[in-house]
Amino acid sequence: MKNHRNPQEVNAGSMADIAFLLLIFFLVTTTIENDAGLNRSMPPNITDNSVDIKERNLFEISINDADLIMAEGDIIDPKNLREKVITFIDNGGLPLEAEGYCNYCKGNRFADSSENPDKAIISIKAQRNSSYPVYVAVQNEVIAAYNDLRDRESLKLYNTPYKTIYSDYYDEEISEDKKKVLKERLEIIRALYPQKILEPETVNN
Amino acid sequence: MIKFNKYRSSKNLPPVSTASLPDIVFILLFFFMTVTVMKNQNLLVENTLPTATETEKLNKKDRVIEIFVGKPTNSSNANLGDEPRIQMDNKFITVDEVGDYALQALSSMPQHLRSVATVSIKADVGVKMGIIEDLKSELRMVNLLKINYTTYEGAAVNNL
Repeated sequence: MKNHRNPQEVNAGSMADIAFLLLIFFLVTTTIENDAGLNRSMPPNITDNSVDIKERNLFEISINDADLIMAEGDIIDPKNLREKVITFIDNGGLPLEAEGYCNYCKGNRFADSSENPDKAIISIKAQRNSSYPVYVAVQNEVIAAYNDLRDRESLKLYNTPYKTIYSDYYDEEISEDKKKVLKERLEIIRALYPQKILEPETVNN
Repeated sequence: MIKFNKYRSSKNLPPVSTASLPDIVFILLFFFMTVTVMKNQNLLVENTLPTATETEKLNKKDRVIEIFVGKPTNSSNANLGDEPRIQMDNKFITVDEVGDYALQALSSMPQHLRSVATVSIKADVGVKMGIIEDLKSELRMVNLLKINYTTYEGAAVNNL
């Protein structure tokens, strides 16, 4: 006679406890990484690369030991820095018939400010005793100024903000063909407003 | 009213089923398992990063060299004083050694990533520019030119 017994069932009641233990372990070890920052590339270490820059094309920002910010000879409020940088880059001061005339610039076209965005150079100088967060804030404002201008051109040309094109380009889920288009667009916009930021070495005095 | 009372007084309320509890916990577990990044550096320095708005993400960990700068924390090193120090590879190093350690980190990377390696400078808000400039010139010396001032997300005016 066949012994008709049900196979014994494994008790799953402790499953929740095991899962809880694992969960707590991962909760404790988790550090959600927040790594993001301002990317900059430094010039290569060659000493004899002096280039003549016209004074009108250079926008000097210096930070002193007391963390005061000076731009173009005046102490300024950091809140106004971005606007000043934008007016400088976007000046487009060359006359209409000259080579390199900036036809997309919307600036004041002053004769004593930058000739065109390609020529415009921002220099950020810090003293050894300036604090790092202020320096980062200045860098941030300058990059923001470039991004604002690139946004404007990007919206005009492609009807999408620069940030969107940029983040889409680095999105993994976008097809190769689309990436090619995005890359082209990025390059065009970057050529309109190339980022030219100088970081001269600090002299200790 | 009478009917309602009668209903409340009934003793056999069915218990709440806990059968789906493991499933819920597992979902949570999988979430944390996927977002977890195991810490591989023990911080020896204070590290509150400044804030910035125009940040770009450093999401590819395999090509990043991390350098921490800040005041030594009290718990680990009471005798080191208050001057900011540089930490790489779980220990304090001097400015002159930065190049060597950076090259060492670079050589442990796969060949195809070496040209896109980025140095992430994680400096505390209390640090002065002097040590950062020294660090930068050391990195230029070994031709590591892509740097990233790693920050938290937030308005830059908070720094001032």
